[in-house]
Parts: sequence; C-alpha cells; structure tokens
Amino acid sequence: MLLKDLSYGGNDQRGGRVGSLCFVWQMLHESLFPSSEKMEDCLAKKMEITVSEAEKRTGRNAMNMQETYTAYLIETRAVESQNEGQCSPVDSLWRRYSEFELLRNYLLVTFPHIVVPPLPEKRADFVWHKLSADNMDPDFVERRRIGLENFLLRVASHPVLCQDKIFYSFLTQEGGWKEMVNETGFQLKADSRLKALNATFRVKNPDKRFTELKHYSDELQSVISHLLRVRARVADRLYGVYKVHGNYGRVFSEWSAIEKEMGDGLQSAGHHMDVYAASIDDILEEEEHYADQLKEYLFYAEALRAVCRKHELMQYDLEMAAQDLTSKKQQCEELATGTVRTFSLKGMTSKLFGQETPEQREAKIKVLEEQIQEGEEQLKSKNLEGRDFVKSAWADIERFKEQKNHDLKEALISYAVMQISMCKKGIQVWTNAKECFSKM
Amino acid sequence: MEFYCKASMSSSSSMMVTTRAEFDLPEYSVRRRYQDFDWLRNKLEESQPTHLIPPLPEKFVVKGVVDRFSEEFVETRRKALDKFLKRITDHPVLSFNEHFNVFLTAKDLNAYKKQGMALLSKMGESVKYVTGGYKLRSRPLEFAAIGEYLDTFSLKLGTIDRIAQRIIKEQLEYLVELREYGPIYSTWSGLEVELSEPLEGVSACIGNCCTALEELSEDMTDDFLPVLREYILYSESMKNVLKKRDQVQAEYEAKLEAVALKKEDRPKVPTDVEKCQDRVECFNADLKADMERWQNNKRQDFRQLLMGMADKNIQYYEKCLTAWESIIPLLQDKPETK
Repeated sequence: MLLKDLSYGGNDQRGGRVGSLCFVWQMLHESLFPSSEKMEDCLAKKMEITVSEAEKRTGRNAMNMQETYTAYLIETRAVESQNEGQCSPVDSLWRRYSEFELLRNYLLVTFPHIVVPPLPEKRADFVWHKLSADNMDPDFVERRRIGLENFLLRVASHPVLCQDKIFYSFLTQEGGWKEMVNETGFQLKADSRLKALNATFRVKNPDKRFTELKHYSDELQSVISHLLRVRARVADRLYGVYKVHGNYGRVFSEWSAIEKEMGDGLQSAGHHMDVYAASIDDILEEEEHYADQLKEYLFYAEALRAVCRKHELMQYDLEMAAQDLTSKKQQCEELATGTVRTFSLKGMTSKLFGQETPEQREAKIKVLEEQIQEGEEQLKSKNLEGRDFVKSAWADIERFKEQKNHDLKEALISYAVMQISMCKKGIQVWTNAKECFSKM
Repeated sequence: MEFYCKASMSSSSSMMVTTRAEFDLPEYSVRRRYQDFDWLRNKLEESQPTHLIPPLPEKFVVKGVVDRFSEEFVETRRKALDKFLKRITDHPVLSFNEHFNVFLTAKDLNAYKKQGMALLSKMGESVKYVTGGYKLRSRPLEFAAIGEYLDTFSLKLGTIDRIAQRIIKEQLEYLVELREYGPIYSTWSGLEVELSEPLEGVSACIGNCCTALEELSEDMTDDFLPVLREYILYSESMKNVLKKRDQVQAEYEAKLEAVALKKEDRPKVPTDVEKCQDRVECFNADLKADMERWQNNKRQDFRQLLMGMADKNIQYYEKCLTAWESIIPLLQDKPETK
C-alpha cells in the first residue's frame, strides 16, 4: 500500500511533485527497510530516485527497421538532509526497458551471491479479460513504470548493489553507458552463467541449506504463479457478477415508467444498481497492485534460485577439481612405484608395445608433480572462494528473507484492507437501494 | 367471518392446512395435496369468473436439476401455497366462497369433489359465460390501460427473472473459482515459517466468504425467483379474466344491436339483454375493485421482495466484512520470537 503511494507520483504536476518526492521516497525507504541502521551508506539515503514518466518513441533497431518502444524518464536528486525546504535540482535521463535488462544482467553476473531484485514482467502475463496483453497499452505502461521505479529503489537500498559504479552511471550518465557496461566484459561470464543455470549435474556435498532453499524457491514460484492465475479468473468472474447488476438499473427504470406510487422508489433504486455495477472497475484496478506485489516475489524466487545454483556450480567445480587432483596424485604414485592399480589404456599399450624408458617416466612424473602443485593451489583458492561465497550469499539471503516476510505481510494487509473497502461499498450501495425500495 | 389459515409441511406430498375461525376458538386442520389446491383454484375460477384468482406455484417443475423432494423445493412450494390461501382469505368475496369453505373443513374432500360435479349439472344456473364468437366494438379506456399495464408488467418481470438467474449463475461461477483460490494460500502457508499463520488466515477468510456467497445464491433461488414467477403467472391469469370481460361486453353489445335492428313495437328491452347488461356492469365493478386491491398487494409484495433482496446482499457483505476485519490483527501480529 505504500508502493501505491508511488504510483500516483507520476501523475501530479511537476511543481507539486517536488515536495511529494521527498515524502514518498521516505515512505518507501521505511517500508523497504524497517531497520535503517544497516543502511548507513546506501545510495537510497543520499539520492532520491523516481521513474516519473513514460513516452512512446519511434526509432530504428539493429536491423534498421522502424520500431516503436517506450522510454522511461529517470529523475534523480541529491538529498539535502540539513536544509529543509531547500531542494537541489533534479537530474534526468531517458532509458528504455532493454537498458534496464542490460543493467540487471550485469548485476546478476557481477554479484552472483546477491539475490538481485527483479524487473517487472516483459510481457503482460496473468491477465484477465479486461486487461490488455498489449505492451503499448497505457495501463500496462503505467504499471511497468511503477515496477521499474521499484526496481531502482530496491537496488539503491541494497547495501552492496548500491555501491556499484555501473548502477550509478545508469542513473546519472545518459550517453555512453551501454559501452561502459560492455567494456566490463561481463557478457563473457554471462554465457557460462546461463549454461550453468540450465545444466544438470550431480553435486556430492552441497551445503544442505542451499539445497533446501532451492527447493523452497521452486515451490514458491509454483504456488505464486498458481495463485496469480486463479486470482485473474476470480477477478474475471467477479467483474461479471457486478456488471450484470447494471441490467437491473435499466429494467427498474423501464418498470418505474408504468407505475404510480412505486415508480420513484424503483427509479432511484435502479440508479444505485448502476453505481454498484460501475464500482467494480476501480476495485479490480486496485487489486492489480496486489497482483504486482506478488509478481515481484514470483520473480524474486527466480533470483533466489540463481544464487543457490551458483553455489551448486561452485561446489561442483570444487569437487571436480578435487577429483582431478586425486587422480593425478594417483597417476603420479603409480608411475613412481611402477604399480598399476587402476586400469588405463596407457598402461595396456605400454604393456603391449613395451615399457617406457626411465627418462620418459621421470619426465611424466615431473609434469604431474607440477600439475599437482598447481592443482593444490587452485583447490585451496576454490575452497576459499566457496566458503566466502557461502558466507556472503547466506548473509544476503537472510536479509532477503526478512525483506520478503515484511513485504508480503504488508501486501496481505493491503489486500485485506481492499476487501474490507469492497465489502463496505457493497453494504452502502445495497443499504441505499433498500431505502429506495422501502419508499415504494 | 374472521379467520386465518395457513399451510404447513405435513410430508413432501401433502400440506397441512390449519384454520382458526376466531381468536379463542381452537384450530382446525385438514390434510391437502397439491391437486386439491389445483381443484380449489379451478372451482374458484368457475364460480367467480369476474374476480382475480391468485395463482398457484407451477404444477410441473421443468427446470433440469430441481429435486422435487428436496427440503428447499418443498418449503418454497409451501410458502407459495400459504400465500395463495392468505390472498383468498383477504378477499372480501372469495373468502366466503362455498368451495373454499369446504376446502378448509371437509375431512374427505374427494367425496365432495365428485358430488360437486353432479351438483353443477343439476343446478342449471350455470356460471359458464359465453366464450368466443363476439367481437368487441370498443374497450373502455380503463380496461385497455389495465391490459397494457399487465403486458408491460409481465414483460419487465420476465426480464428481472432472467437477470436474477444470470446473476445467480455468475455468482456460482465466481464461487467455483474462489473455492480453488482460497486453498492455494493454505498450500503457500505450508512453505513459510513467519508467514504461515497470516497465509492460513487469508485462506480461512476466503473460505468464509465462499460460504456466505453460497447462502446468498441459495436465498435468491429459494425466495426471490419463485415470487417473481408467481406474479408472472398472476398477470397471465388476470389477462384471461380481462378477455372474459371483453367477451361479456361483446355479447351484450351484439344482443343490443340485434334488438335495435328488429324495430319492434314494444320498446321494452328483452330480459336476456338486460341480464347481459347486468353481467357487464357487475364484471366491470368486480374487476375494478379487484385491480385496486391487486395493485395495493402487489406494491406491498414487491416492496417486501426487493427489500428482502437488498437485505440478503447486505448480510452477505457483512459476513465477508467480519471475516476480513477479523484477520487484520492476525496479519499485523509481530512474532514473539524469531
């Protein structure tokens, strides 16, 4: 419900919004981080960020074909905590959705141990019949604008992510940002990361907590998407119920025309039926905000899963390296002692085609010994990396869990509040209608 | 004679009709089946053709899935039959009707029914009016207006019936989705620790709303729709009475014209034409009085019906409101220990 306050920020007049920016930012900040002691240095404290406008643009794409897309205006302003009433100037630049995607991919690759905040959906999903699935639809664009702002605020409030230079440039540097991102070379890491996410491999000793967490994130994704699907159907049906009542309005009006004493009561009751039928539009629009809050966590579950997979990948890598080292050590021992403990093709061929010379064997042993030393060093650093990853990832996961519990509780409360409001409206309308009927 | 009579459930196939003539006299009860009510109505129509006879609930239930032995169906029928008796009781002429009296008191109604058939043919004073053959010159304005009114009225009621049915249908489809929606929160609750109770609370809350909605739809089906249909039937039978009135007037006009053409020496109007004139005047008077009474009753009945509909909807929303308000503290609750 606090995120909802943001949603109307974009519609205000320019002048009036400067004041509301301060208030709104503060509300969001408190909602995202109830305990702000941890956030001493995060960017969100120093800078106000909004995605204030969306504009349709036409341009040429990579294939030199004309395309239509939406650009979003990002406005930033330094926070003057000392001087109240004195506001610093607003900086702004335009970005399109694909640039947000680029930013997020960069963050995913650069901070694999962080649960990276998700972007709002690329295409409208979980729509019920009245909602448009068209990306150019103004309602969709508006909800996306809010989602993008939310994304930026999440990143800016994150103790680690907010310090990233590329993120800062995204907010402040209009030209040349894309080149800057590509220069980091993160794309190279990205490919292998993609592969890792999709590959199936067996890890022998994963950290149990990550396995459980991955399982949890799968279940969470499944349950939230089920919830969203059915909620859309529920909305559809509820819409139908309300709208049919509008027909009462018309028929009561027609009937009142042939009645003498009953006429007035019928006519005015009919008006209330019209009000009732019309009320569902606003009710369901508000519910979309709730759906958006759920969607954010649906996508967050994916980010959580990615961190778990990263751990598995590192662990697998470690195990493979350890295995490789063990086999090399074994090989070395066999060569040194001359005993063949394990079957090897080389062993067979050497038996068939004659033994190798002592010099050849010495050379081999030397190479292996070098490899073993390298391998041991690598294994050591991999172990260290792995432990560091587990430690820092788990810290962020704990932070995420608290955030999730807090946010979803707020979402449920706002949903209950919406339902209460809907019930009260219903009681009001039918009480009014009843009074009209009583005058018949 | 002041009495009340009411119909109560005896078994699924017969009603108990209870009468009390005066305040301090004991009640008198007889057992009656639907066909007995049907017989009574036919008799009333025959013996009091100038009056509006209240309708009975439909004889055959055509709609697919209604269980003729279900509690709701029997209760709905009972209410309609009770209403039928009350309307006759309230009517200054019909309440004194002989057949009605027998209906309320005879222990063996079947014997009377058979007897009645014989009686009728003996009596000769047939109350059968002429039907058909005569063309009406001009319908008096007020009866034309009543006819038009009834046409539009039954049309509008038909529309309201369709709308109400549609709403019930939409509500039931909404209910189907809600019944799938609520339990998902339960499933989710099983995955969570801190959110477990809030999610479970939401699930239970939605379940309560489902129950409330089911009750609303049932009430509309059992209480609202039957009364609408009753009035549609009422309008139909009233239009028939209007037609009969037209016929009586037409007969009188035709006979009068025939006499005028004969040009007899005796200026005296023949007795049978006089009788026709009487009939017309009686019919018109009775019908006018009944229409006024009907309009009044109709206004009260619809006032009650529509207020009842509003009430049921208010109750539904109040139940849902209570459910959602009660979980707010649960949702806001901070866990004692982490």
